[in-house]
Amino acid sequence: MDGRRAIPHIAADSCKGCGLCLSVCPENVLAIEAAQVNLKGYFPVSVKAEENCIGCLSCALICPDVVFTIERIDDHLEGRDE
Amino acid sequence: MSVIFKKTTGLTEAATHYCPGCTHGIAHRLVGEALEELGLLGDTIGCASVGCSIFSYNYFNVDMIECSHGRAPAVATGIKRTVPDKTVFTYQGDGDLAAIGTAEIVHAAHRGENITVIFINNAIYGMTGGQMAPTTLPGQKATTAPAGRIAEFSGRPLKMSEMLAEVPGAAYVERVSLHHPKYIRKAKKAILKGFTCQLAKGGFAMVELLSTCPTGWGLDPVEAMEWLEANMIPYYPLGVLKTPEEV
Repeated sequence: MDGRRAIPHIAADSCKGCGLCLSVCPENVLAIEAAQVNLKGYFPVSVKAEENCIGCLSCALICPDVVFTIERIDDHLEGRDE
Repeated sequence: MSVIFKKTTGLTEAATHYCPGCTHGIAHRLVGEALEELGLLGDTIGCASVGCSIFSYNYFNVDMIECSHGRAPAVATGIKRTVPDKTVFTYQGDGDLAAIGTAEIVHAAHRGENITVIFINNAIYGMTGGQMAPTTLPGQKATTAPAGRIAEFSGRPLKMSEMLAEVPGAAYVERVSLHHPKYIRKAKKAILKGFTCQLAKGGFAMVELLSTCPTGWGLDPVEAMEWLEANMIPYYPLGVLKTPEEV
């Protein structure tokens, strides 16, 4: 069993690559890759370690461009609670 | 699987024109979420200001009106008095609210207008290129204060929330910050309370959001958040300055 509790989805073309989400993520789930450019010409954030996401929403709360949608893995959470 | 965070329907699909890392986007989202959660999206009229947030009427998914510079509280007054069953808010920056529009905001509070004011304080004029604002901190560099603001020459920054909390007609005044998720959660609660105050006919409500301007400050977005915490919060302390008992 890995520690994954949630899955972040990113609307990459809305991202301006500001990096605020990276600065607040406690589990180093996110990364900005210089090789990737979005439609606006920014380097968008991407998920590099999905298995580490704990679903704390810090990235979504601080994102000025509302690029995140976060899904919680319910079964896994219920399993942990037991 | 269940979705625990998604974009609020209180915002349109339009991409904002704000610079990367600008906290206007966070403030927009909080207002949109608050209106959605309170079920007010179909019954709200927003008053956009002049400044970086001039295009906010493209981003909030409610009826919006563009006001002359600084006059959003006067426009909101007219709307609220004409259609008192609608929720009316203004969204103003510090150049709009604390400089050219000082008279309007003071007298809207003085009359106890039943409106909600969202005040974005980023301590600089962002749109026009980073000039010194009445809220610029002593020592803070701006294009019109290249060596930093000299308090003896330009005065000390205006504390709008403290000033308006002293106005008898103001019902609810709180200052919050957008520099960290923990504080963003508190900011959301304050904005909800600002609208709840209006729904309860509590009178004038204002929420000041300490914000960043990475471009105007010459810092990257993460450094700007750190600068806000280290420099703005000591001068502009967070907290409730005035609150009605019943809300």
